[in-house]
Amino acid sequence: MIVYLLCFVLFLTGLYGVITRRNLVKIVISLSIMEFSLFLFLALIGYVEGGTVPIVDPADTGAVYVDPLPQAMVLTAIVIGLATTAMLMAVIIRVYRKYKTMDIREIKNLRG
Amino acid sequence: MELALSVILVLMILGALFAIHAKDLLSAVISCSIVGYGLVICFLLLKAPDLAIVQIVVETITLVIMVAVVLDSTRQEPFTRPDPQGWVNIAAAIIIVVVLFFFLKVASGSLDHFGRGTLRMAQHYIEGAAAKTGSANLVTGVIFDFRGYDTLGEATVLVTAVLGTLAILRIKGKK
Repeated sequence: MIVYLLCFVLFLTGLYGVITRRNLVKIVISLSIMEFSLFLFLALIGYVEGGTVPIVDPADTGAVYVDPLPQAMVLTAIVIGLATTAMLMAVIIRVYRKYKTMDIREIKNLRG
Repeated sequence: MELALSVILVLMILGALFAIHAKDLLSAVISCSIVGYGLVICFLLLKAPDLAIVQIVVETITLVIMVAVVLDSTRQEPFTRPDPQGWVNIAAAIIIVVVLFFFLKVASGSLDHFGRGTLRMAQHYIEGAAAKTGSANLVTGVIFDFRGYDTLGEATVLVTAVLGTLAILRIKGKK
């Protein structure tokens, strides 16, 4: 149970960063920390004590495998997380070239 | 097992806290990778080698992109003025944390103990999956056979993201 709790604390760390930081790069870092904690939580749910890697061995009929379904889902989510991070970074580069700052407060003030 | 995971998770939380509070953006980006590579070790401990391989590749690419962006813009985080609305954010953060802890307490009743979960749905996938899909790796079987359309959607998302990134980087902004 302590593992789930620590995973939740990691999520909360990312959430705290998203809410309180003013730098755009740090907001993206916090978002990816939240993502990582979610991946870890899904992988934790699928774990079975004493289970082996979900690769079928025909010679070993009585093997216990860990749950492959959360792993398949996390595999999809990791790649989509990379796509969103790359896109956010492209937006940050545009914003910096236009306003010469990464502080969200100052950008808001500049637009009036 | 649970102890090893807990130690790595504590390290990941420390790395995340440092990444959020670092003065230099480059060190913030690099310490964000502590979290990513710690996740790789967690995946290996949780018997998920496919996830570990993908996470190593994705984390490296993310690190390269972030370092490129930081070196292209600015490394310092300017904190010349104190934020007059900072306490509003901190109060909002505390309120959200309390509400989320309440939901965790509600949800933890229906959660299995760590490692004692049962394979409810996956049993049907595991039985005869190697014969049905022709793949010994069950994760590959699920992704490319049982949930093939899901993977097609994922590829669509990737193409859309690449097109969006190209469109954002190529436009000429108004001066």
